[in-house]
Amino acid sequence: MTAKTLFEKVWEQHQVVPESADTPAVLYIDLHLVHEVTSPQAFSVLRSQNLKVRRPERVLATMDHSTPTDPDEVFGRVPIKVESAAKQVKEFEKNCREFGIELLGLGSEYRGIVHVIGPELGATQPGKTIVCGDSHTATHGAFGALAFGIGTTEVGHVLATQCLLQRRPKTLAIEVTGKLRPGVTAKDLILAIIGEIGVSGGTGHVIEYRGSAIEALSMEERMTVCNMSIEAGARAGMVAPDETTFAYLKGRRFAPQGAEWDKAVARWRELKTDPGAKFDRVVTIDANKLEPMISYGTHPGMVVPITGKVPEVANDPVHAKALNYMGLHGGEPMVGKPIQVVFIGSCTNGRLSDLELAAGVLKGHKVAGGVRMLVVPGSQQVKREAERLGLDKIFTEAGAEWRESGCSMCIGMNGDTAGRGQYAVSTSNRNFEGRQGAGARTLLASPATAAAAAIAGKIADPRAFLPH
Amino acid sequence: MQPIRTIESRTVVIPVTNIDTDQIIPARFLTTTTREGLGKQAFADWRYDANGAVKSDFILNKPEIAGATILVAGRNFGCGSSREHAPWALLDFGFRAVISTEIADIFRNNSLKNGLLPIVVDEKTHEWLMNNPGANVKIDLETTTLTLPTGATAKFPIEGFARVCLMNGVDELGFLLQQAPAIERYESARPF
Repeated sequence: MTAKTLFEKVWEQHQVVPESADTPAVLYIDLHLVHEVTSPQAFSVLRSQNLKVRRPERVLATMDHSTPTDPDEVFGRVPIKVESAAKQVKEFEKNCREFGIELLGLGSEYRGIVHVIGPELGATQPGKTIVCGDSHTATHGAFGALAFGIGTTEVGHVLATQCLLQRRPKTLAIEVTGKLRPGVTAKDLILAIIGEIGVSGGTGHVIEYRGSAIEALSMEERMTVCNMSIEAGARAGMVAPDETTFAYLKGRRFAPQGAEWDKAVARWRELKTDPGAKFDRVVTIDANKLEPMISYGTHPGMVVPITGKVPEVANDPVHAKALNYMGLHGGEPMVGKPIQVVFIGSCTNGRLSDLELAAGVLKGHKVAGGVRMLVVPGSQQVKREAERLGLDKIFTEAGAEWRESGCSMCIGMNGDTAGRGQYAVSTSNRNFEGRQGAGARTLLASPATAAAAAIAGKIADPRAFLPH
Repeated sequence: MQPIRTIESRTVVIPVTNIDTDQIIPARFLTTTTREGLGKQAFADWRYDANGAVKSDFILNKPEIAGATILVAGRNFGCGSSREHAPWALLDFGFRAVISTEIADIFRNNSLKNGLLPIVVDEKTHEWLMNNPGANVKIDLETTTLTLPTGATAKFPIEGFARVCLMNGVDELGFLLQQAPAIERYESARPF
């Protein structure tokens, strides 16, 4: 038998009809994550064509993108301030009700960012095909699932048929050798990878992250890495399932139980890339050489080590445009630049270990004067667990705001935004112009780097603040 | 959808690489529940200043682009978020095709499903287009050829099934719904 990659195995198991010269493959989708922002127009199509949702039990629906993080708004004590968002929430509730989909709605204790709750509920499993009308769906690839973002038309296709028409993508192996040094996180690793291969380096490909540095990561760290695959242009990023994966999943709500668990694990063990399997491309990164990273520009490939300087690039109007937007100059050091906002959260870095890392740096310190720090857990479960550990106290005593879960300032749809011209050190995934609010200037970094900046009131090397 | 065979128009050039979908339509406009009327928000933060005043030097605000339906942009157009609001906004603004040397995967898929042609051309053709804004060009979907006013032509790749759907003005959902027997067989044969 020919040696196959992890991606090839999952792909082939889900072909309802293989692709031909004339038609793409009909690919079966095991799990469809649906949220309030990219689904309304899909439900409208179903309604206009008198179609049903084919497999409502394969849909996991929640609200995250435009929802408030203020507890009074979340729990209905006051109206949702952003009127159009309130309308969208209402419409989503109605759509789920009418089409027979269970909704983890605003009041649910299991609500959260789709890419945080899928794994924590055990719905995300190795070998599954998972889609969502959201480009960060790649997160679920951390479990050895084939998970990718789709548009709203395709959301409608999956609701109606549980299938998608897809051409088979190419494969890209990113082999991360060595070991991350102390103070260097999974976020720094993925920022370094994007900096290396570029923001379109993965276009047309599914990435498999492999090698000793990847195997050593926890599930939450693997999710951070896979999450940002799209920022390198790749729709999906995967990690082979292993003991770390199985230990994370065991006992979770939707994970197989009893004898089914043993059968599932046996099946999942077969998924890893066979020795000798060929990738279309291979890129090797040495983890030993990496430092904490920070972005300086207006896309996630514009990154430097925290100890570095803003690159000087002559005769490049696009580089000049980015620096002009950011108010930075070629040659100036990153460390020491005053900042006004710190955001800890998002599907990239809004999990418990991220909050623990930030709280570890912040403990015993205060947020610097003139800095607003917003901490938004990735889900209500993460929030409760963090509160059980007392992390909320560390944040609030330092002067940070502690909120209900959601996408919040990563995308700024719910009113949580950074101001025009403000520098926001953010643990999110995109530093595009205006991403965190019109005119806001995003500096992407790890939770440790973000917390260090909050204390210093300026960009700072987190290694000076890490507990020993 | 209207069948598409050819598009002939003057071009509008935005000479910027890596234009992400947050620029094409900022996230604050995504709280809509319909797909109509997003053209007025296309490139909102490049078209209007902080006070909502028109930035007259930005190409999309210039009167000479009236009626032009082909957008030419730098490499890696449409990267970032999967929002289908991006092609909806461009179509509502009046564009029918986008030309670049590289177009992001999700944006390309979304465009094909809405009748916005994502056209990827070679560096040389692209360079000519970038240097000749307003040139009258022709896109022929039947022959998958782009023709410049100089008479030069360039072939462009486009997924075959999507091309047939576009040329016949049909959407892919109808085809998928016809696969119901195969989908049922797959579901019942699946061991897990």
